[in-house]
Amino acid sequence: MEFFEKLMSIDRRVIFLFVGAALIVPLFLDIEQKIEITPEVQTLYDAFMELPPGSKVLMTFDYDPPSAPELQPQAITALRLCFDRNLKVIIIGLWPMGPMQANLALETIFIEKKYLDREPIYGVDYVNLGYSPGNELVIQRMGSSIPSTFPRDFRGTPIEEIPLMQGIVNFSNLDFILNLSAGYPGTVEWVQFAVDRFHATMGACNTAVQAPLVYPYVHTGQLTGLSGGMKGAAEFEVLTGFTGKGTKFMLSQSFAHIIVVLFIIIGNIAYFVTRGREKEKIG
Amino acid sequence: MRRQIPLVITFIVGSVLIISVFIPHKPFGRLGENFSVYFDIIAVFAFILGGGNLLRVHGNRIYRKHKDWPYSMVTVAGFLVMMIAGLFKIGGSPGITGDLTEPGSMFEELYMYVFTPLMATMFALLAFFVASASYRAFRAKNREATILLLAAFVILLGRTPFGVKLTSWLPGSLSFLEIPNLATWIMSVPNMAGQRAILIGIALGVIAMALRVILGVERTYLGADSD
Repeated sequence: MEFFEKLMSIDRRVIFLFVGAALIVPLFLDIEQKIEITPEVQTLYDAFMELPPGSKVLMTFDYDPPSAPELQPQAITALRLCFDRNLKVIIIGLWPMGPMQANLALETIFIEKKYLDREPIYGVDYVNLGYSPGNELVIQRMGSSIPSTFPRDFRGTPIEEIPLMQGIVNFSNLDFILNLSAGYPGTVEWVQFAVDRFHATMGACNTAVQAPLVYPYVHTGQLTGLSGGMKGAAEFEVLTGFTGKGTKFMLSQSFAHIIVVLFIIIGNIAYFVTRGREKEKIG
Repeated sequence: MRRQIPLVITFIVGSVLIISVFIPHKPFGRLGENFSVYFDIIAVFAFILGGGNLLRVHGNRIYRKHKDWPYSMVTVAGFLVMMIAGLFKIGGSPGITGDLTEPGSMFEELYMYVFTPLMATMFALLAFFVASASYRAFRAKNREATILLLAAFVILLGRTPFGVKLTSWLPGSLSFLEIPNLATWIMSVPNMAGQRAILIGIALGVIAMALRVILGVERTYLGADSD
Protein backbone atom coordinates (compact mmCIF):
# COMPACT_ATOMS: atom_id res chain seq x y z
CA MET A 1 0.00 0.00 0.00
CA GLU A 2 2.64 2.46 1.08
CA PHE A 3 4.71 1.60 -1.96
CA PHE A 4 1.92 2.54 -4.40
CA GLU A 5 1.04 5.66 -2.45
CA LYS A 6 4.66 6.69 -2.61
CA LEU A 7 4.61 6.02 -6.34
CA MET A 8 1.59 8.29 -6.72
CA SER A 9 3.46 11.17 -5.11
CA ILE A 10 6.89 10.47 -6.52
CA ASP A 11 9.24 13.46 -6.53
CA ARG A 12 9.33 14.94 -10.01
CA ARG A 13 13.13 15.21 -9.76
CA VAL A 14 13.26 11.40 -9.90
CA ILE A 15 11.38 11.54 -13.23
CA PHE A 16 13.73 14.30 -14.42
CA LEU A 17 16.70 12.09 -13.54
CA PHE A 18 15.37 9.14 -15.55
CA VAL A 19 14.49 11.33 -18.55
CA GLY A 20 17.93 12.99 -18.37
CA ALA A 21 19.64 9.60 -18.33
CA ALA A 22 17.44 8.35 -21.19
CA LEU A 23 18.46 11.35 -23.27
CA ILE A 24 22.17 11.45 -22.46
CA VAL A 25 23.26 7.79 -22.21
CA PRO A 26 22.19 6.82 -25.78
CA LEU A 27 24.46 9.55 -27.17
CA PHE A 28 27.39 7.38 -26.09
CA LEU A 29 25.92 4.10 -27.35
CA ASP A 30 26.37 2.61 -30.77
CA ILE A 31 23.14 0.70 -31.32
CA GLU A 32 21.92 -0.12 -34.79
CA GLN A 33 18.42 1.18 -35.38
CA LYS A 34 15.93 0.04 -37.96
CA ILE A 35 14.33 3.20 -39.24
CA GLU A 36 11.17 2.54 -41.23
CA ILE A 37 10.53 4.93 -44.08
CA THR A 38 7.05 6.46 -44.07
CA PRO A 39 5.31 7.22 -47.41
CA GLU A 40 5.30 10.98 -46.67
CA VAL A 41 9.10 11.20 -46.33
CA GLN A 42 9.61 8.90 -49.32
CA THR A 43 7.43 11.26 -51.42
CA LEU A 44 9.49 14.25 -50.29
CA TYR A 45 12.74 12.50 -51.17
CA ASP A 46 11.34 11.39 -54.55
CA ALA A 47 10.31 14.98 -55.31
CA PHE A 48 13.94 16.10 -54.88
CA MET A 49 15.24 13.19 -56.94
CA GLU A 50 12.87 13.94 -59.82
CA LEU A 51 14.20 17.50 -60.19
CA PRO A 52 16.68 17.78 -63.07
CA PRO A 53 20.11 19.33 -62.30
CA GLY A 54 20.00 23.11 -62.34
CA SER A 55 16.45 23.26 -60.99
CA LYS A 56 15.73 26.11 -58.62
CA VAL A 57 14.61 25.19 -55.11
CA LEU A 58 13.26 27.77 -52.68
CA MET A 59 14.00 26.80 -49.08
CA THR A 60 12.10 28.77 -46.46
CA PHE A 61 13.54 28.66 -42.96
CA ASP A 62 10.59 29.44 -40.72
CA TYR A 63 11.96 28.41 -37.35
CA ASP A 64 14.33 29.52 -34.62
CA PRO A 65 16.90 27.84 -32.31
CA PRO A 66 14.40 26.08 -29.97
CA SER A 67 13.18 23.97 -32.90
CA ALA A 68 16.66 23.48 -34.35
CA PRO A 69 17.26 19.99 -32.86
CA GLU A 70 14.39 18.68 -35.00
CA LEU A 71 14.59 20.94 -38.04
CA GLN A 72 18.31 21.63 -38.43
CA PRO A 73 19.17 18.00 -39.33
CA GLN A 74 16.38 18.10 -41.94
CA ALA A 75 17.69 21.39 -43.32
CA ILE A 76 21.23 20.02 -43.52
CA THR A 77 20.04 16.87 -45.30
CA ALA A 78 17.94 18.84 -47.78
CA LEU A 79 20.79 21.27 -48.51
CA ARG A 80 23.27 18.42 -48.99
CA LEU A 81 20.83 16.69 -51.33
CA CYS A 82 20.45 19.90 -53.35
CA PHE A 83 24.20 20.50 -53.63
CA ASP A 84 24.91 16.85 -54.48
CA ARG A 85 22.30 16.92 -57.25
CA ASN A 86 23.40 20.37 -58.48
CA LEU A 87 20.09 22.00 -57.59
CA LYS A 88 20.19 25.77 -57.07
CA VAL A 89 19.05 26.87 -53.62
CA ILE A 90 17.34 30.15 -52.76
CA ILE A 91 16.96 30.69 -49.02
CA ILE A 92 14.51 33.01 -47.31
CA GLY A 93 12.92 33.26 -43.86
CA LEU A 94 9.55 34.41 -42.60
CA TRP A 95 10.96 34.11 -39.08
CA PRO A 96 13.72 36.59 -38.16
CA MET A 97 16.05 33.80 -37.00
CA GLY A 98 15.42 31.60 -40.05
CA PRO A 99 18.19 32.93 -42.34
CA MET A 100 20.69 32.64 -39.48
CA GLN A 101 19.71 28.99 -39.04
CA ALA A 102 20.29 28.54 -42.78
CA ASN A 103 23.77 30.04 -42.43
CA LEU A 104 24.55 27.65 -39.56
CA ALA A 105 23.37 24.70 -41.66
CA LEU A 106 25.56 25.83 -44.57
CA GLU A 107 28.58 26.22 -42.27
CA THR A 108 28.02 22.67 -40.99
CA ILE A 109 27.94 21.33 -44.53
CA PHE A 110 30.90 23.26 -45.91
CA ILE A 111 33.34 21.90 -43.32
CA GLU A 112 32.68 18.37 -44.63
CA LYS A 113 35.60 16.91 -46.53
CA LYS A 114 33.68 16.43 -49.78
CA TYR A 115 32.85 20.14 -49.97
CA LEU A 116 36.31 21.46 -49.02
CA ASP A 117 37.53 21.14 -52.61
CA ARG A 118 34.30 22.06 -54.36
CA GLU A 119 32.36 24.33 -52.05
CA PRO A 120 29.14 25.59 -53.68
CA ILE A 121 29.53 29.18 -54.87
CA TYR A 122 27.47 31.86 -53.19
CA GLY A 123 25.26 33.67 -55.68
CA VAL A 124 25.62 30.90 -58.25
CA ASP A 125 24.71 27.67 -56.46
CA TYR A 126 22.89 29.19 -53.51
CA VAL A 127 21.81 32.52 -52.12
CA ASN A 128 20.38 33.69 -48.81
CA LEU A 129 17.83 36.47 -49.32
CA GLY A 130 17.24 36.91 -45.59
CA TYR A 131 14.14 37.71 -43.60
CA SER A 132 11.17 39.80 -44.59
CA PRO A 133 8.42 40.85 -42.17
CA GLY A 134 4.80 40.43 -43.15
CA ASN A 135 4.10 36.72 -42.64
CA GLU A 136 1.69 35.48 -45.34
CA LEU A 137 1.75 38.87 -47.05
CA VAL A 138 5.39 38.15 -47.98
CA ILE A 139 4.27 34.96 -49.74
CA GLN A 140 1.51 36.85 -51.50
CA ARG A 141 3.97 39.51 -52.72
CA MET A 142 6.45 36.85 -53.83
CA GLY A 143 3.68 35.50 -56.04
CA SER A 144 3.79 38.81 -57.91
CA SER A 145 7.48 39.68 -57.68
CA ILE A 146 10.28 38.03 -55.73
CA PRO A 147 12.85 40.77 -56.56
CA SER A 148 10.60 43.52 -55.20
CA THR A 149 9.89 41.48 -52.05
CA PHE A 150 13.59 40.79 -51.50
CA PRO A 151 15.46 43.68 -53.22
CA ARG A 152 18.75 42.73 -51.47
CA ASP A 153 20.19 39.48 -50.17
CA PHE A 154 21.18 38.78 -46.56
CA ARG A 155 24.64 40.26 -47.20
CA GLY A 156 23.22 43.47 -48.66
CA THR A 157 23.96 42.70 -52.31
CA PRO A 158 21.32 44.07 -54.73
CA ILE A 159 19.34 41.16 -56.13
CA GLU A 160 20.00 42.17 -59.76
CA GLU A 161 23.73 41.58 -59.16
CA ILE A 162 23.18 37.95 -58.07
CA PRO A 163 23.60 35.53 -61.01
CA LEU A 164 21.31 32.89 -59.48
CA MET A 165 18.42 35.35 -59.27
CA GLN A 166 18.55 36.30 -62.95
CA GLY A 167 15.26 35.45 -64.62
CA ILE A 168 13.45 34.73 -61.38
CA VAL A 169 10.30 36.80 -61.18
CA ASN A 170 7.81 34.78 -59.14
CA PHE A 171 6.87 31.25 -58.09
CA SER A 172 6.43 30.15 -61.71
CA ASN A 173 10.23 30.40 -62.09
CA LEU A 174 10.85 28.05 -59.17
CA ASP A 175 10.79 24.27 -59.52
CA PHE A 176 10.20 23.28 -55.92
CA ILE A 177 9.64 24.86 -52.51
CA LEU A 178 10.74 23.25 -49.25
CA ASN A 179 9.26 24.81 -46.16
CA LEU A 180 10.99 24.13 -42.83
CA SER A 181 8.49 25.23 -40.27
CA ALA A 182 7.95 25.29 -36.52
CA GLY A 183 4.67 27.21 -36.39
CA TYR A 184 3.19 30.47 -37.64
CA PRO A 185 3.93 31.64 -40.27
CA GLY A 186 4.80 28.30 -41.76
CA THR A 187 3.55 25.37 -43.80
CA VAL A 188 -0.16 26.21 -43.50
CA GLU A 189 0.39 29.74 -44.86
CA TRP A 190 2.70 28.52 -47.63
CA VAL A 191 0.06 25.99 -48.71
CA GLN A 192 -2.71 28.58 -48.63
CA PHE A 193 -0.84 31.16 -50.69
CA ALA A 194 2.06 29.65 -52.66
CA VAL A 195 0.40 26.31 -53.45
CA ASP A 196 -3.32 27.09 -53.64
CA ARG A 197 -3.12 30.57 -55.10
CA PHE A 198 0.06 30.47 -57.18
CA HIS A 199 0.14 26.70 -57.93
CA ALA A 200 3.68 26.12 -56.66
CA THR A 201 4.92 22.59 -55.85
CA MET A 202 5.90 22.31 -52.21
CA GLY A 203 7.13 19.84 -49.62
CA ALA A 204 7.55 20.46 -45.91
CA CYS A 205 9.74 19.60 -42.95
CA ASN A 206 7.96 20.20 -39.67
CA THR A 207 8.46 19.75 -35.96
CA ALA A 208 6.78 16.63 -34.54
CA VAL A 209 4.21 18.82 -32.79
CA GLN A 210 3.23 20.62 -35.98
CA ALA A 211 3.25 17.65 -38.37
CA PRO A 212 -0.23 16.31 -37.40
CA LEU A 213 -1.71 19.73 -38.20
CA VAL A 214 -0.52 19.64 -41.82
CA TYR A 215 -1.29 15.97 -42.52
CA PRO A 216 -4.55 16.85 -44.33
CA TYR A 217 -2.52 18.80 -46.92
CA VAL A 218 -0.41 15.72 -47.73
CA HIS A 219 -3.40 13.55 -48.47
CA THR A 220 -5.04 16.16 -50.69
CA GLY A 221 -1.81 16.48 -52.69
CA GLN A 222 -1.32 20.12 -51.71
CA LEU A 223 1.93 19.06 -50.02
CA THR A 224 4.39 16.95 -51.98
CA GLY A 225 5.85 15.06 -49.05
CA LEU A 226 6.19 15.76 -45.36
CA SER A 227 8.99 15.04 -42.94
CA GLY A 228 7.97 15.38 -39.30
CA GLY A 229 10.20 15.74 -36.26
CA MET A 230 13.32 13.78 -35.37
CA LYS A 231 11.84 10.64 -36.91
CA GLY A 232 11.35 12.43 -40.22
CA ALA A 233 14.91 13.77 -40.01
CA ALA A 234 16.26 10.25 -39.44
CA GLU A 235 14.20 8.85 -42.34
CA PHE A 236 15.37 11.64 -44.63
CA GLU A 237 18.98 10.89 -43.67
CA VAL A 238 18.53 7.16 -44.27
CA LEU A 239 17.12 7.83 -47.75
CA THR A 240 20.03 10.11 -48.68
CA GLY A 241 22.56 7.67 -47.23
CA PHE A 242 23.95 10.22 -44.82
CA THR A 243 24.08 9.58 -41.08
CA GLY A 244 23.68 12.86 -39.29
CA LYS A 245 22.23 14.21 -36.08
CA GLY A 246 18.72 13.07 -37.00
CA THR A 247 19.72 9.42 -36.82
CA LYS A 248 22.00 9.95 -33.84
CA PHE A 249 19.43 11.84 -31.77
CA MET A 250 16.70 9.37 -32.74
CA LEU A 251 18.17 6.88 -30.29
CA SER A 252 17.90 9.41 -27.45
CA GLN A 253 14.34 10.22 -28.45
CA SER A 254 13.46 6.50 -28.55
CA PHE A 255 14.79 5.93 -25.04
CA ALA A 256 13.01 9.05 -23.76
CA HIS A 257 9.72 7.88 -25.30
CA ILE A 258 10.11 4.46 -23.68
CA ILE A 259 10.81 6.07 -20.30
CA VAL A 260 7.71 8.28 -20.63
CA VAL A 261 5.56 5.26 -21.60
CA LEU A 262 6.93 3.23 -18.65
CA PHE A 263 6.23 6.07 -16.23
CA ILE A 264 2.67 6.40 -17.54
CA ILE A 265 2.10 2.66 -17.10
CA ILE A 266 3.56 2.73 -13.57
CA GLY A 267 1.46 5.80 -12.74
CA ASN A 268 -1.72 4.06 -13.93
CA ILE A 269 -0.97 0.86 -11.99
CA ALA A 270 -0.41 2.89 -8.83
CA TYR A 271 -3.59 4.88 -9.54
CA PHE A 272 -5.78 1.79 -9.93
CA VAL A 273 -4.30 -0.03 -6.91
CA THR A 274 -4.72 2.96 -4.57
CA ARG A 275 -8.18 3.74 -5.96
CA GLY A 276 -9.28 0.11 -5.47
CA ARG A 277 -8.14 0.15 -1.87
CA GLU A 278 -9.83 3.47 -1.21
CA LYS A 279 -13.09 1.97 -2.52
CA GLU A 280 -12.61 -1.04 -0.25
CA LYS A 281 -12.18 1.29 2.74
CA ILE A 282 -15.33 3.25 1.88
CA GLY A 283 -17.29 0.03 1.23
CA MET B 1 -12.97 61.06 -36.23
CA ARG B 2 -10.65 58.89 -34.14
CA ARG B 3 -13.04 56.01 -34.75
CA GLN B 4 -14.33 56.80 -38.23
CA ILE B 5 -10.95 57.06 -40.03
CA PRO B 6 -9.63 53.63 -38.89
CA LEU B 7 -13.01 52.08 -39.75
CA VAL B 8 -12.91 53.57 -43.26
CA ILE B 9 -9.28 52.46 -43.80
CA THR B 10 -10.14 48.93 -42.61
CA PHE B 11 -13.18 48.77 -44.89
CA ILE B 12 -11.29 49.96 -48.00
CA VAL B 13 -8.16 47.82 -47.45
CA GLY B 14 -10.14 44.72 -46.46
CA SER B 15 -12.54 45.00 -49.40
CA VAL B 16 -9.76 45.64 -51.95
CA LEU B 17 -7.68 42.69 -50.66
CA ILE B 18 -10.68 40.35 -50.93
CA ILE B 19 -11.63 41.61 -54.40
CA SER B 20 -8.00 41.34 -55.60
CA VAL B 21 -8.05 37.59 -54.88
CA PHE B 22 -11.04 37.07 -57.17
CA ILE B 23 -10.18 39.79 -59.73
CA PRO B 24 -6.35 39.91 -59.89
CA HIS B 25 -6.41 42.56 -62.65
CA LYS B 26 -6.16 46.35 -62.74
CA PRO B 27 -6.88 48.21 -60.56
CA PHE B 28 -7.54 45.65 -57.80
CA GLY B 29 -4.46 43.45 -58.37
CA ARG B 30 -2.11 46.43 -58.19
CA LEU B 31 -3.92 47.95 -55.21
CA GLY B 32 -3.78 44.64 -53.35
CA GLU B 33 0.01 44.49 -53.87
CA ASN B 34 0.44 48.09 -52.74
CA PHE B 35 -1.56 47.51 -49.58
CA SER B 36 0.62 44.52 -48.72
CA VAL B 37 3.72 46.73 -49.20
CA TYR B 38 2.26 49.19 -46.68
CA PHE B 39 2.54 46.36 -44.18
CA ASP B 40 6.36 46.67 -44.35
CA ILE B 41 6.17 50.40 -43.65
CA ILE B 42 3.86 49.87 -40.68
CA ALA B 43 6.06 46.98 -39.46
CA VAL B 44 9.11 49.29 -39.34
CA PHE B 45 7.26 51.65 -36.99
CA ALA B 46 6.01 48.65 -35.00
CA PHE B 47 9.61 47.48 -34.51
CA ILE B 48 10.63 50.94 -33.23
CA LEU B 49 7.54 51.10 -31.05
CA GLY B 50 8.19 47.60 -29.70
CA GLY B 51 11.83 48.36 -28.87
CA GLY B 52 10.90 51.67 -27.26
CA ASN B 53 8.14 50.04 -25.24
CA LEU B 54 10.50 47.31 -24.02
CA LEU B 55 12.99 49.95 -22.81
CA ARG B 56 10.22 52.03 -21.18
CA VAL B 57 8.61 49.12 -19.31
CA HIS B 58 11.83 47.53 -18.10
CA GLY B 59 13.53 50.90 -17.50
CA ASN B 60 10.65 51.81 -15.24
CA ARG B 61 10.96 48.53 -13.34
CA ILE B 62 14.68 49.07 -12.80
CA TYR B 63 14.22 52.70 -11.75
CA ARG B 64 11.50 51.83 -9.22
CA LYS B 65 13.28 48.65 -8.08
CA HIS B 66 10.18 46.54 -8.76
CA LYS B 67 10.08 42.85 -7.83
CA ASP B 68 12.58 40.87 -9.96
CA TRP B 69 14.11 44.08 -11.35
CA PRO B 70 17.50 42.37 -11.94
CA TYR B 71 15.79 40.30 -14.67
CA SER B 72 14.77 43.56 -16.33
CA MET B 73 18.43 44.60 -16.24
CA VAL B 74 19.36 41.43 -18.11
CA THR B 75 16.56 42.02 -20.65
CA VAL B 76 17.62 45.62 -21.33
CA ALA B 77 21.33 44.70 -21.47
CA GLY B 78 20.63 41.81 -23.87
CA PHE B 79 18.48 44.02 -26.09
CA LEU B 80 21.05 46.85 -26.23
CA VAL B 81 24.07 44.57 -26.79
CA MET B 82 22.40 42.69 -29.68
CA MET B 83 21.11 45.94 -31.19
CA ILE B 84 24.50 47.67 -31.01
CA ALA B 85 26.29 44.58 -32.37
CA GLY B 86 23.85 44.49 -35.28
CA LEU B 87 23.56 48.21 -36.02
CA PHE B 88 27.28 49.00 -35.91
CA LYS B 89 28.34 45.63 -37.42
CA ILE B 90 31.06 45.21 -34.79
CA GLY B 91 33.68 42.79 -36.05
CA GLY B 92 32.04 42.58 -39.49
CA SER B 93 31.97 44.58 -42.71
CA PRO B 94 31.23 48.26 -42.04
CA GLY B 95 28.56 50.29 -43.81
CA ILE B 96 24.80 50.18 -43.89
CA THR B 97 24.70 47.34 -46.43
CA GLY B 98 27.50 45.29 -44.83
CA ASP B 99 26.84 41.70 -43.76
CA LEU B 100 26.12 41.73 -40.02
CA THR B 101 26.18 37.94 -39.87
CA GLU B 102 29.50 37.24 -41.53
CA PRO B 103 31.67 34.75 -39.62
CA GLY B 104 33.54 36.44 -36.79
CA SER B 105 31.17 39.37 -36.40
CA MET B 106 29.98 40.10 -32.87
CA PHE B 107 26.34 39.58 -33.87
CA GLU B 108 27.09 36.16 -35.32
CA GLU B 109 29.14 35.12 -32.28
CA LEU B 110 26.41 36.27 -29.88
CA TYR B 111 23.78 34.45 -31.92
CA MET B 112 25.76 31.21 -32.07
CA TYR B 113 27.23 31.06 -28.60
CA VAL B 114 24.70 32.93 -26.43
CA PHE B 115 21.29 33.20 -28.07
CA THR B 116 21.09 29.71 -29.62
CA PRO B 117 22.16 27.75 -26.50
CA LEU B 118 19.86 29.84 -24.28
CA MET B 119 16.82 29.30 -26.48
CA ALA B 120 17.63 25.61 -26.97
CA THR B 121 18.00 25.14 -23.20
CA MET B 122 14.64 26.75 -22.51
CA PHE B 123 12.92 24.49 -25.04
CA ALA B 124 14.81 21.37 -23.93
CA LEU B 125 13.38 21.75 -20.43
CA LEU B 126 9.98 20.94 -21.93
CA ALA B 127 10.96 17.27 -22.31
CA PHE B 128 11.39 16.97 -18.54
CA PHE B 129 8.19 18.79 -17.68
CA VAL B 130 6.18 16.85 -20.27
CA ALA B 131 7.43 13.57 -18.79
CA SER B 132 6.53 14.68 -15.27
CA ALA B 133 3.11 16.00 -16.35
CA SER B 134 2.37 12.79 -18.32
CA TYR B 135 3.14 10.69 -15.24
CA ARG B 136 0.70 12.67 -13.08
CA ALA B 137 -2.07 13.50 -15.55
CA PHE B 138 -2.27 10.60 -18.02
CA ARG B 139 -4.74 8.37 -16.17
CA ALA B 140 -7.21 5.92 -17.69
CA LYS B 141 -10.01 7.40 -15.58
CA ASN B 142 -12.77 6.91 -18.15
CA ARG B 143 -13.34 5.56 -21.66
CA GLU B 144 -12.27 8.76 -23.47
CA ALA B 145 -9.10 9.08 -21.38
CA THR B 146 -8.27 5.41 -22.06
CA ILE B 147 -8.61 5.89 -25.83
CA LEU B 148 -6.38 8.97 -25.61
CA LEU B 149 -3.87 7.05 -23.54
CA LEU B 150 -3.73 4.13 -25.97
CA ALA B 151 -3.37 6.47 -28.95
CA ALA B 152 -0.52 8.26 -27.15
CA PHE B 153 1.22 4.94 -26.48
CA VAL B 154 0.96 3.90 -30.12
CA ILE B 155 2.24 7.25 -31.40
CA LEU B 156 5.07 7.44 -28.84
CA LEU B 157 6.26 3.91 -29.60
CA GLY B 158 5.43 4.07 -33.30
CA ARG B 159 7.88 6.94 -33.70
CA THR B 160 10.77 4.83 -32.42
CA PRO B 161 12.75 1.88 -33.83
CA PHE B 162 11.83 0.10 -30.57
CA GLY B 163 8.18 0.18 -31.66
CA VAL B 164 9.15 -1.56 -34.91
CA LYS B 165 10.92 -4.36 -33.04
CA LEU B 166 8.15 -4.78 -30.49
CA THR B 167 5.60 -6.08 -33.00
CA SER B 168 7.82 -7.25 -35.87
CA TRP B 169 7.06 -10.90 -34.93
CA LEU B 170 3.45 -10.53 -36.07
CA PRO B 171 2.60 -12.61 -39.20
CA GLY B 172 2.10 -10.79 -42.49
CA SER B 173 -1.67 -11.14 -42.35
CA LEU B 174 -1.67 -9.15 -39.10
CA SER B 175 0.86 -6.52 -40.19
CA PHE B 176 -1.80 -3.83 -39.80
CA LEU B 177 -1.45 -4.41 -36.04
CA GLU B 178 2.25 -3.54 -36.05
CA ILE B 179 2.80 -0.42 -33.96
CA PRO B 180 4.32 1.76 -36.74
CA ASN B 181 1.38 0.86 -39.02
CA LEU B 182 -1.09 1.65 -36.25
CA ALA B 183 0.69 4.98 -35.66
CA THR B 184 0.46 5.81 -39.37
CA TRP B 185 -3.24 4.87 -39.35
CA ILE B 186 -3.93 7.07 -36.32
CA MET B 187 -2.17 10.00 -37.99
CA SER B 188 -3.77 9.45 -41.41
CA VAL B 189 -7.36 8.67 -40.41
CA PRO B 190 -8.63 9.84 -36.98
CA ASN B 191 -6.07 12.64 -36.68
CA MET B 192 -6.68 13.86 -40.22
CA ALA B 193 -10.46 13.76 -39.81
CA GLY B 194 -10.16 15.82 -36.63
CA GLN B 195 -7.69 18.25 -38.16
CA ARG B 196 -9.89 18.76 -41.22
CA ALA B 197 -12.89 19.50 -39.01
CA ILE B 198 -10.81 22.00 -37.03
CA LEU B 199 -9.44 23.61 -40.21
CA ILE B 200 -12.92 24.00 -41.69
CA GLY B 201 -14.18 25.42 -38.41
CA ILE B 202 -11.26 27.86 -38.21
CA ALA B 203 -11.78 28.93 -41.85
CA LEU B 204 -15.47 29.65 -41.25
CA GLY B 205 -14.61 31.52 -38.06
CA VAL B 206 -11.95 33.59 -39.84
CA ILE B 207 -14.41 34.49 -42.63
CA ALA B 208 -17.03 35.55 -40.10
CA MET B 209 -14.52 37.54 -38.05
CA ALA B 210 -13.02 39.21 -41.15
CA LEU B 211 -16.47 40.30 -42.31
CA ARG B 212 -17.26 41.68 -38.86
CA VAL B 213 -14.01 43.68 -38.85
CA ILE B 214 -14.38 44.95 -42.44
CA LEU B 215 -17.98 45.98 -41.90
CA GLY B 216 -17.13 47.72 -38.63
CA VAL B 217 -19.23 45.42 -36.41
CA GLU B 218 -16.14 44.19 -34.53
CA ARG B 219 -14.30 47.22 -33.11
CA THR B 220 -12.23 45.84 -30.24
CA TYR B 221 -9.02 46.39 -32.24
CA LEU B 222 -9.64 50.14 -31.95
CA GLY B 223 -8.97 50.06 -28.22
CA ALA B 224 -10.89 50.46 -25.00
CA ASP B 225 -12.89 53.55 -26.06
CA SER B 226 -14.01 51.96 -29.35
CA ASP B 227 -17.71 52.17 -28.48
